[in-house]
This record gives sequence, C-alpha cells and structure tokens, in this order.
Amino acid sequence: MAMTLAEKIFKSRLRDEPFPGTKVLDIDVVMCHEITTPIAINDLVARGKDRVFNPDKIKVVIDHVTPAKDSKTAQQGKILRDWARRHNITDFFDIGRNGVCHVIFPEKGFIRPGYTVIMGDSHTCTHGAFGAFAAGVGTTDLEVGILKGVCAFREPKTIRINITGTMPEGVYAKDVILRVIRELTVKGATDCVMEFHGSVVKGMSMESRMTLCNMAIEAGGTSGVCMPDEVTADYLWPFIATEYKDRKAALEDFKRWWSDEGCEYVKVIDIDVSHMEPQVTYGYKPDEVKNISEMEGTPVDQVYIGSCTNGRLEDLRVAAQYLKGRQIAPTVRGIVSPATPKIFREADQEGLIKIFMDAGFCVTNPTCGACLGMSNGVLAPGEVCASTTNRNFNGRMGKGGMVHLLSPAVAAATAIEGKIADPRKFRKEGI
Amino acid sequence: MKSFGGKVLFLDRSDINTDEIIPARYLTEISKEALKPHMLEDLKLGGFDPKDPKNQEAGVIVTRANFGCGSSREHAPWVFEINDINVVIASSFARIFRQNMFNCGMLAIELSEADIDKLFGFRHAAARIDVDFENNSLTISSGNESSTFHYQIAEFDKALIKAGGWVEFADARY
Ligand code: SF4
Repeated sequence: MAMTLAEKIFKSRLRDEPFPGTKVLDIDVVMCHEITTPIAINDLVARGKDRVFNPDKIKVVIDHVTPAKDSKTAQQGKILRDWARRHNITDFFDIGRNGVCHVIFPEKGFIRPGYTVIMGDSHTCTHGAFGAFAAGVGTTDLEVGILKGVCAFREPKTIRINITGTMPEGVYAKDVILRVIRELTVKGATDCVMEFHGSVVKGMSMESRMTLCNMAIEAGGTSGVCMPDEVTADYLWPFIATEYKDRKAALEDFKRWWSDEGCEYVKVIDIDVSHMEPQVTYGYKPDEVKNISEMEGTPVDQVYIGSCTNGRLEDLRVAAQYLKGRQIAPTVRGIVSPATPKIFREADQEGLIKIFMDAGFCVTNPTCGACLGMSNGVLAPGEVCASTTNRNFNGRMGKGGMVHLLSPAVAAATAIEGKIADPRKFRKEGI
Repeated sequence: MKSFGGKVLFLDRSDINTDEIIPARYLTEISKEALKPHMLEDLKLGGFDPKDPKNQEAGVIVTRANFGCGSSREHAPWVFEINDINVVIASSFARIFRQNMFNCGMLAIELSEADIDKLFGFRHAAARIDVDFENNSLTISSGNESSTFHYQIAEFDKALIKAGGWVEFADARY
C-alpha cells in the first residue's frame, strides 16, 4: 500500500496500539530545555520514578533564559543540570556552549531521516526538515518519554504543499511559510503532518527547510516534513560518514522514507511563488498575513533578528547584506541573537557581527530571549516589534506589546527606516 | 478520577492560544499554585475581565474553535486545574493542548459548532454543566431549562482519565 513518510515512520517505530487509533511509538530522540523539563523531573522524583530510559537518546539544553535572569530561572537551570549529571546525560549544553534548541540539536547531527523526535516545545516540528517525525508535546508526554522512551499519537493525516516557481528577489523561506499559513489558517493543519514538496523546496538549504517546518505548528500541524535528499545527506555527512560508503549510499537509504507515489493526502495545496511579495503579519494570529505593500510605513520600536525560525547563519547573512554600510533609524532598538555559538563564531569570522554593530544593533548571546518575552528585549505596553520569530500572540514579547512576523530581509529594511519597509528598495551589498 | 461539572465560563472566541491562557512570564514558576491568579490574564476578548471573581466560581469552560493553540506548555491545563476547571468544551482543540488535558486526567470535549451555539444560548443565564463520564454525555441547565448532548471521546483518552493520567498508564505497561 502506498504510504506517506509519516505513515512509514509510524509503522517502523510502532511499539503498541493499546486502543484502535492510538499508536504508541518508540522515540529516537527526547529533547529537553529548562522551561518545561524541570517540572517533569520534579514529578518523576515525587512519584519515585527518577529514571531515564536511555541517557544517550536524551539531549538537553538551557536556552530559553540564559544566562539566568533571576533566582527562579537559576533554579530551573539547576534542576536540569543536576538531573543531567545524575543520569549521565552527556549531550547537555550549558552556558557558553548553549543555543536555541531547534537550531543547536540539528547542528550537532542528532536528527536523522526516519527518526521520531519529541520535546516539551511546540516548535519541535522544525526537525521534520530532515524527514523525521518530530512533534511538540506537553510535560506529561515528555515525562513518559524520559522514563520509557515512548509517546502516544493518533496517526496523523498528511497535507501536501507544493511550492513551485522562481523565488523572487527579496523573498525567502519565511515569506513562503507565512504565505502557506495564510492559506491554511491557524487550525488548517490540526492533527496533520505538512509535507513540503516542489522545486522551490528542493532548491532550499537545510536552514531554509527548517524555517518552513518550524512554523508548521502555527497552522496547527503536528510536524512539518521535507523528503530527505542530497541536501540532507550533505548536511548530515560529517555525522554519518562512518555509517555509509558514500553520500550516494546515504541518499539511497534515505529514499525509503519518501512518501510513495499514490499515497493518501487529505489536502493538496499548490503555491507558485514567482510573483509573491515579502509577507508580514498584521494581527495577533500567525495567519493574519498581508503583502508587504499593504504594511509598509508601520512604525516600530524594536527589530528582533533571531530565534529557532530565523536565527541561523543564512538569516544573519541576508540581514547583513542589507545593513552593510547603513545605520538603523535612531528611533529603533535593533537586537540580533545568533542562535548558537557556532553561528555566532562564523558570523564573526565572516564580518557579520561587525556589520550589525556598525549599523547600531545590539548583539546578544545565543538564547530564545525576547522571542517569548522572558528576557533580552521584552516590549513595554503599546510598543511594536518587527520580529523574525514565529508567534505574534497578544503579549508574546511582553504584555501589551505588538509583534509583526517577517523575514530577516524585511527586518533589516525595517530597522533602517524605523518603519516596516520593503527590502527590495535597498541595494544588497556584498559581504 | 476528577469530578467533571460546575458553573460555566463562556469564552466566545476562536483560536484562544496558550499565551493568553497563561503568559510565558509565569513559566518560571515550578508550582501549580503560583499560576492560580494568572488564568487567562492576557485573553483578548471584549468584556472579559480576568480579575472578575465569577471566573473563579466556574468549573467548566465553553468556547469555540481551535482552543489552546500555540505553545506546548502544560501550564495551560494546570492553570485551569488549580482553579477547579476540569472540563473544556469547544468545537475543536489544538492537538497538544487536547492531549495535555487527557494526560492530566482532565476532559477536553469536542461538540459540533451547532451544539456549541446551543450551549452559548445559555450564556446569559447562570448555567451549569454536569458531565456523565460513563455515558459520554453532558447536560447544561439553568432554572427549569436543560439540554443534554452526547460527545465522542477516544477510548485511549477515556482510559487515561480512569488511570489517573499517562505516567501511571505508561509505567505499568511499557
Ligand atoms: S526561539 Fe522562540 S519559538 Fe523557538 S524555541 Fe525559543 S522561545 Fe520557542
């Protein structure tokens, strides 16, 4: 029978079907951060079940508020740190080596095609970019994942999204996913996997594919996925070189996860990007999206470039192309947060950090920070932020604040003008 | 097993997200008790006052589509649980929130939009809802008026509620 990628993974990792329609899967990677995991740990301790199913399959990072900003966040870090030590969890990334979870874990090569991945974080869908089934879960599911290495799901249906045409100047993966969410709405993919196909996706780097899959949850999707191909094999090669004869052999192996010809999709969406404009959100929901031409001129107080959506090297390069030799508006606070130490170092070596600083940006250490309004750039009531993050919910970056979601290119142009601006107006500089 | 029923808090909006239910600034708390005063603090809904003492009297929430979208934070069901709200009735839920409810032994009930409209018909009366968990039905009542609705629930979700949550269920079985 023709199967989708998700169906194949469900079949290969099925541990149990306790009731019709409920599939309990073996989990390959359980990822943890300091906001949702400490409560799971405390609960396991209270139940007398302070155990882990396999320390090598558990990956841990302190990323949301780091360095700790107060006693409470320090305590969250401590609980996580002590737990990782007592269970010999060696893939533990603490200050100086830590970065945003959904950026640092792929960077370390922890995700492979066909894997099942869970985390107590809704943007876990990001890792589907590698052809994995990766889903965000709550604290209780995380607890069971830590204890037993399993998680229960209803078998998801799949929506196929074909992205074709030629990417116009000034348009990036972020614009494409905002356009998709605009079409699907914030609940259009609930209980579904969003499969991204088409020539545009094939031509995308792993970074861009992660940007696409990252926001699947904003349409309600369980996971975003891309078919693992040459680009995937190239990205993963440093980590899998001992497992395969050559990259071709890796690719052949990956192909077994591809959705079959004739598999069942609940919906197919075709988007031709050739005439698309940069996209910007205007309201408090990620599906409230407009073309930039309708949003230009909206004043902003802060510009934020970073997060698991757009804090990768590729994103910093794009923004820097627009910012080089220019100054941000005096009315704007510019904040850039490279998502991992590796990205930070590479951005420094390429001269990007200097470009940001010369333009008037503040460069922070790798952290989630302002993205969820916990530190490093919280908004005051009535303030507006142009942000490369993924959520514009009321209060997300600070009570009474307003967030416009947009690409790093639009963020850079907006920083220069002090109001939402079209990057296509600016000449890009070589960096 | 928890008890399911009580006065109704009507939230007449779709797409209420977890940041509105419990804002991220309270995620540094590691006890449910500390979340208690902050339920629905950032909810964007005309006429809704998060500080209205009536909210604290409720045992059931009735709302619209895609309730609980956004973050995976289990703090969202917890802030309801600590305020003695163990039932949320909506025309649809976001997946993670729905699972979190069952994993905590709480009830997330889906009804058709037409049935939800009928429940909203009671919004100006002092309505209460009682759930017959065994028979998958609920009754809304106010004065002499009452109306009963049947709902569907997955066997697994029902088993989780009976087992007292997913941790015990999974530890016994796997
Ligand atoms: S960067 Fe933002 S969306 Fe991504 S994991 Fe951190 S808080 Fe969540």
